[in-house]
Amino acid sequence: MYTQGLDQKSAENETSMADEGVAAASFQARVDAEEKIEAKDWMPEAYRRTLIRQISQHAHSEIIGMQPEGNWLTRAPTLRRKSILLAKVQDEAGHGHYLYGAAETLGISRDEMVGDLLSGKAKYSSIFNYPTLTWADIGAVGWLVDGAAIMNQIPLCRCSYGPYSRAMVRVCKEESFHQRQGYEIMVELTRGSDEQKAMAQDALNRWWWPSLMMFGPSDINSSHSAQSMAWKIKRFSNDELRQKFVDVTVPQATAIGLHVPDVDLQYNEETEHYSFGEIDWQEFQNVLAGNGQCNRERMQTRRQAHDNGRWVREAAAAYAKKHSNRAAA
Amino acid sequence: MTNYDWPLYEVFIRTKAGLSHRHAGSVHAADDEMALNHAHDVYTRRNEGVSIWVVRSSEIVASDPAESDAFFEPAKDKIYRHPTFYEIPDGVENI
Repeated sequence: MYTQGLDQKSAENETSMADEGVAAASFQARVDAEEKIEAKDWMPEAYRRTLIRQISQHAHSEIIGMQPEGNWLTRAPTLRRKSILLAKVQDEAGHGHYLYGAAETLGISRDEMVGDLLSGKAKYSSIFNYPTLTWADIGAVGWLVDGAAIMNQIPLCRCSYGPYSRAMVRVCKEESFHQRQGYEIMVELTRGSDEQKAMAQDALNRWWWPSLMMFGPSDINSSHSAQSMAWKIKRFSNDELRQKFVDVTVPQATAIGLHVPDVDLQYNEETEHYSFGEIDWQEFQNVLAGNGQCNRERMQTRRQAHDNGRWVREAAAAYAKKHSNRAAA
Repeated sequence: MTNYDWPLYEVFIRTKAGLSHRHAGSVHAADDEMALNHAHDVYTRRNEGVSIWVVRSSEIVASDPAESDAFFEPAKDKIYRHPTFYEIPDGVENI
């Protein structure tokens, strides 16, 4: 249930420190037993805060993520491609809504989350601060960016927090079409003219490394990982998921004659994994800090859309008020 | 801040005739009609339903999870409510 009836804060104030310890132990026991935690169940404050941060960032990423693809809606090469892209961008909006809804069950309001995004206080995925320069980028985004997102999101379907895990099940069901439509664009380009092939390769060259960065910092530098694993919010470490992504994606590139832009990439027969080159973490930090190619543009567009929608929200509220007054009269 | 405060609605969807409505998630909306439209756009983009219910979240009365042991306890010790409680001699069938 996505209701928020129970006032968690006042309930907590009544709990003494000793009770808190007992409650935390029984909470961890429930998590260890793979029980799902639901919105109104007792949970440690840090668990709640971690989830709010993670789910709202995830929601913001879906909303901002509409922009790089929205850029090509009016320029899609065929009506078929345009319909597909439109459906995909609508899905991203839907995913944002599922996730905002899940975060709201933890006691944060939609208004506060949206406010944090617009003020720049909240973060979203670094990947959406890269530009989509050609049509092939739409292929690369679907194939790589959605592919990496799926890798991240599938284990989240088993997350210990019920509302988040249910939202993820819904998202994952819809996401696989996103990846396949992107790969199909790449397939078609690689079957085309030399120019089209070069365009596909160029898109892969630009999106490969940023896609690997989507899994977050390396395990040795990841500040939240260990606790999130203990709480079963995370099931696999950043590096494990990144490795899985490389292992499944490289053969997909090879199959259509594209080359992954990494001179250190090599298949290791013994481990049955690909080893790959060092990620440019400086670039990752730089984009997160707001200095990527499109950070300012993304935020400006989002704020503008929000401001332009103000009269619609106000009109809807006025209409609802007028009708409820009339009904009461 | 964003300056709008649309109430929260819970969304229930009947996936096909013959099944019950099931909780799908929630939406914000200015009024009931908009809640239905938002629920349709957010939760049934792939034919997931033949019927939608929306209800204001504030209208739902829920049991308290902290009290759930005490609340559901009386049902737990009445095992004679289940057919397996009863002993039937071997060879007796159709019962």
